[in-house]
Order: sequence, then C-alpha cells, then structure tokens
Amino acid sequence: MEIKARSPLRVKRDFRQSYWGNVAYRFSRNRLAVASFATLFIILMACIFVPMISPYHMESIAMNERDVPPNAKHWLGTDKIGRDLFTRLFYAGRISLGIALVVTTVQCLIGVSMGSLAGFYGGIVDAFIMRLCEVFLSFPFLIVCVTIAMVFGNSIPVLILTLALLSWPTVARIVRGQILTLREMEYMEACEALGISDVRRIFKHLLPNVLAYVIVYATLGMASVILTETSLSFLGLGVSPPTPTWGNLIQDARDLLVIKNKWWYWVPPGLAIFLSVICFNLVGDGLRDAIDPKMKR
Amino acid sequence: MRTYLIRRVIQIIPVFLGILLILFFLMEHAPGGPVSTMMDPKLTAEQKAILSERLDPKLPIHQKFFNWIIAAFQGNLGYSIKHRRPVTELLGDFIGPTFILSFTSLILSMLIGIPIGVLSATQQRSLADNASTVFSLVGISMPTFFFGLLLLKFFAVDLRLFPLYGMRDNLLARNATWLARQLDVAWHTVLPAVVLGLASTASFMRYTRSSMLEVIRQDYIRTARAKGLKERVTIYRHAFRNAIIPIITLLGFWIPSLLSGAVMTETIFAYPGLGKISVDAVNTRDYPVILGVNAMLSLLTLVGALVADVLYAIADPRIKYE
Repeated sequence: MEIKARSPLRVKRDFRQSYWGNVAYRFSRNRLAVASFATLFIILMACIFVPMISPYHMESIAMNERDVPPNAKHWLGTDKIGRDLFTRLFYAGRISLGIALVVTTVQCLIGVSMGSLAGFYGGIVDAFIMRLCEVFLSFPFLIVCVTIAMVFGNSIPVLILTLALLSWPTVARIVRGQILTLREMEYMEACEALGISDVRRIFKHLLPNVLAYVIVYATLGMASVILTETSLSFLGLGVSPPTPTWGNLIQDARDLLVIKNKWWYWVPPGLAIFLSVICFNLVGDGLRDAIDPKMKR
Repeated sequence: MRTYLIRRVIQIIPVFLGILLILFFLMEHAPGGPVSTMMDPKLTAEQKAILSERLDPKLPIHQKFFNWIIAAFQGNLGYSIKHRRPVTELLGDFIGPTFILSFTSLILSMLIGIPIGVLSATQQRSLADNASTVFSLVGISMPTFFFGLLLLKFFAVDLRLFPLYGMRDNLLARNATWLARQLDVAWHTVLPAVVLGLASTASFMRYTRSSMLEVIRQDYIRTARAKGLKERVTIYRHAFRNAIIPIITLLGFWIPSLLSGAVMTETIFAYPGLGKISVDAVNTRDYPVILGVNAMLSLLTLVGALVADVLYAIADPRIKYE
C-alpha cells in the first residue's frame, strides 16, 4: 500500500523542497489538525461577518421578546432584555478572540526579544533576565490578574497588558534554550569571522531558526489566553460587562435560576470557548508534529 | 547536593523579594485604600487627616516596604479591613478548606490519571488509548467554570444528588455526631473536587503516558522481556517505577497551581477557602488580605519548584548538579 501511494505521478511536489513547504505538507496529512484549522477559520469568519449574517444588532433591545428560548427567529434565544443571543455570541467572539490574538502577539514580541538577548549575550544579561522570568512565573497567576484588574480598573488594554506581562517568560525560556544551542553551531562562527553585526546575527541568522517553535507556542498560547480571559470575565474582573465576551455572557449564569431554567444563556458561549480552545490545542499539536517529526509520540 | 541545595535556597531570596516589591508597589498605587474605607464619611477634614496619619502614616515607600517585610517575617501581615481581624489569623482559618479541596482533587486525579496513563502507553493505539487521549484533550481544553456550571446543573440542580454550595450544611443538627459532620463535608466536597481535578487528571494521563512510552523503549525493558519475565512484572516492576519518577517530582509544581485553580472552583461552589476570600477581598478592596494571599501563594510556588528540583535529584542519581 505504501508503495502505491508513492507512485511517480505524485512525486512532482516542488513546494516540498522548501522548509515551510515541507511543514505545510506534513500538516496537511494530519486530518484532525486540518479539521480543527477549518473549524477555527469558520468561527473567525462568523465573528468577522456577523453583521451580515444576523439581522439583529448587538445592542438592539426587544422588550416584547424577553427570555425567549431558541426558535426559528432567534436561533439561540434572547436574554432578559430581549437581545438576540446568537448575534451577541459572535460579537463576543470578536472581543475574546481579538484579545487572545493581541495578547499572544505582545507576549511573543517581549518573550522573543528577552529570550534572544539572554541566549545571545549570556553572562550577567542572561542571569538578570532569567531571574526576572522566575519572578514573573512565580506569581499566583489568576490572583495577580485579579489584583491588577482591581488596581488599574478592568479595561481591555489593562487586561491585555497584564496577560502579556505575566506570560512572556515561557516564550523567553523556549527562545533562549534554542539560541543557546544554535549559538555554538559552526555557521555562527562563520558569521563572527565575517564580521556580521550582533543585530544582524540575531535577526537574520538566529531568529528564523527559532520561529517555528515560537509559532507552535503561540498557537497553544492562544488556547490558554482564551481560557484565562474568559475565566477573569466570568469572575467579573476581565472586560467590564456591557461589552460582550464569551466569559461575560456566561457570567449571567451565576444565578441559580438561570442555570436551572435558561440553558441558552450559558451553554452556547461555554461550547464556543471549549470548541475554540480544543481547536487551538489540536492545531498547535499538529504544527509541532509537522515542524519537528521527532517530537511526535 | 548540599551546596546545590544551599545555592537554590539563596537564589529564592532575591526572587521572592522582587515579587513582594512588585506586589507592594501595586497595592500602594491602588485607588481607595484602607483609610477611606474604614472612616466614617461624616468626619470633618481635620479629623480625617488625624486618623489617616495614625492609620496610614505618610512615609517614603521604601520605608513602608521595609516595615511591612519586617512585620511579615514576624508573622504580622496587617489587619483585614473587612473582617476586622489580623490577616495571619484569617489565612489560618481559610487555608484548611482549600487544602482539603486541593488534596482531595490531587489524590483523585492521581488515582485516575496514572493507571489510565500506564494502560494507554502499554496498549498504544488501542481503543482505550484513543479514548484516554480524547479525554485528556477535553480535560485540558474545558474551561473550569463551564464544567463547574454543567455539573452544578445536572447533579445539584436537576438530580439533587449533591448540595449546591458551601462546605457544610448549616441546618445540620448541632448534636450531630462527629462522623456525620465529616461525611457532610465530604459530600459537599465531591463536585468542587471533581471540577478542580479534571485538568490535573488530564495532565497526569498525558505525562504518565509519554513517560511510560519513553521507558518502554529502553534496552533494559527489552532485556527484562528477553529474560522471559511476565509482561505484568516487566511493566509494573521495571518500567513503571522508572516512569513514575518525573511525575512524582512534578508534584512540587502541582501544589501551587492547584491552589491557584481553587479560586475559580471555590467561587462557583461558594466554598469557603483562600480563593473565595481573595476574590471577596478584591471586590471589597481589602488590600492587606490580597497582599497576604499573594505573598503566601508566591512563596508556596517558589518552595514547590525547589521541592520538585530536589526530589528530582534524589530520585534520579544520574542528574548531576554542579
């Protein structure tokens, strides 16, 4: 069977000659990861184009249609002041996914720069940055988030900064570890012999080799940021309430009567969080296997 | 080993001081503060000035920080604004339930996660293995609060099998026996412990599985099989003992994360532990309590990491520390 699959006709795959082409090919062979990627794409598109999908506005109130269970007109029912929950679910997705994206980007930017500084220069710079990492990693994560939210007020920028500041050390450690091994390689010696500047060596010769690991981490990081942000919003300390996020939508269910009788308030956002987190995890695992097949278990 | 231990303990000190400094700075810049919360709004400006001088003297920040640190090491973490009791006493009262909750869920997740992890490693790609892989994926992806609400809905609200919230039944007769009281606490702890344990069960499964797979590939396992040992003996006597080492050492890291995870669970089930008082403290701006909880949990995290490192060194003599 193996031989048949590699018939001469299928050898013509030029894109497999490049590193990223290879990665894309291996990723495409992982059906679960591809399916998760497609699901994420659909969720993202639904969030972006929700004004075109849904006839209702996020804030439009219909007092004669309060607490309506799901029906043909309101696919996911309405809330206590008659807002369409299907519409709100995807508007909330915009905020939740948007925050996750920004946090992951900021966190990777800080982490990559700190990690490459520590790994490249070593010595006292390394010791200082690593101690700093330890400080940030030893904070009781959720409680510190809650504390900062209280001190600076719970707005979206504060939330983004808090989450990014508390989670960059993980990226920094990965990058540092990689750079420490790469630094000893012969091509880096060649760079030094050619008199290439430090900045150029870091950005042109070291970082591209680390990028793959950062991308894997960022994908898995998206999952954990979504979980943290929604947890904080659920505690009432994430994004402040009039703005819908998946966590805020569930926060309405902290009332026993709602839990008991109105499942459409909290089950759809819960499933949305669960689905996107599981998809990010699967895509991350798939990417990791595609980038480094040796790591596969 | 001894020099390594001493060096690690010394390393903890600047890290812990750094954490405390950042926390202290945050608290100093927080709005509100103890004075405005504790004072009667009807007081005149003059009286307010006198009182605030007494309650919160205007010292330079480094002076305040040093005073706080010195007091903290003498066991005085300040005075809770809301509960009107010393913070140390308050922490002492609320740490018990959190420990009951976290340790129940830790033991539960080890009892479930480790055997299933071994099973799925020994029967790779079997139905059981696939099922446990799916379970562990679900476990790490499930938001705690959503899982908690689902369990609350099915088991407490609809089926009425478990109590809705709290740690004790306040209506339980005062003359109930000791055993009845303990059973009552256990009954209240089931749902929160399951919720808290889901994620750690999933991680135990994952770690055990990958650790077992690594060990099974080793030469000495092949030797054991070649000797004609029974498969059971090979797996449990030879492989499992070595595979379990990294997992036991990870316990040092589990403990702080469990305590932190207890925040969500305790909030959902109104379980009276550290997580609940810290969320309450945040909502009532009870700064001394927040500072105290944060400081204690950070210290636990640092000590947990230290314990993990040391256990690792003891368990695996191949690891050398310079």
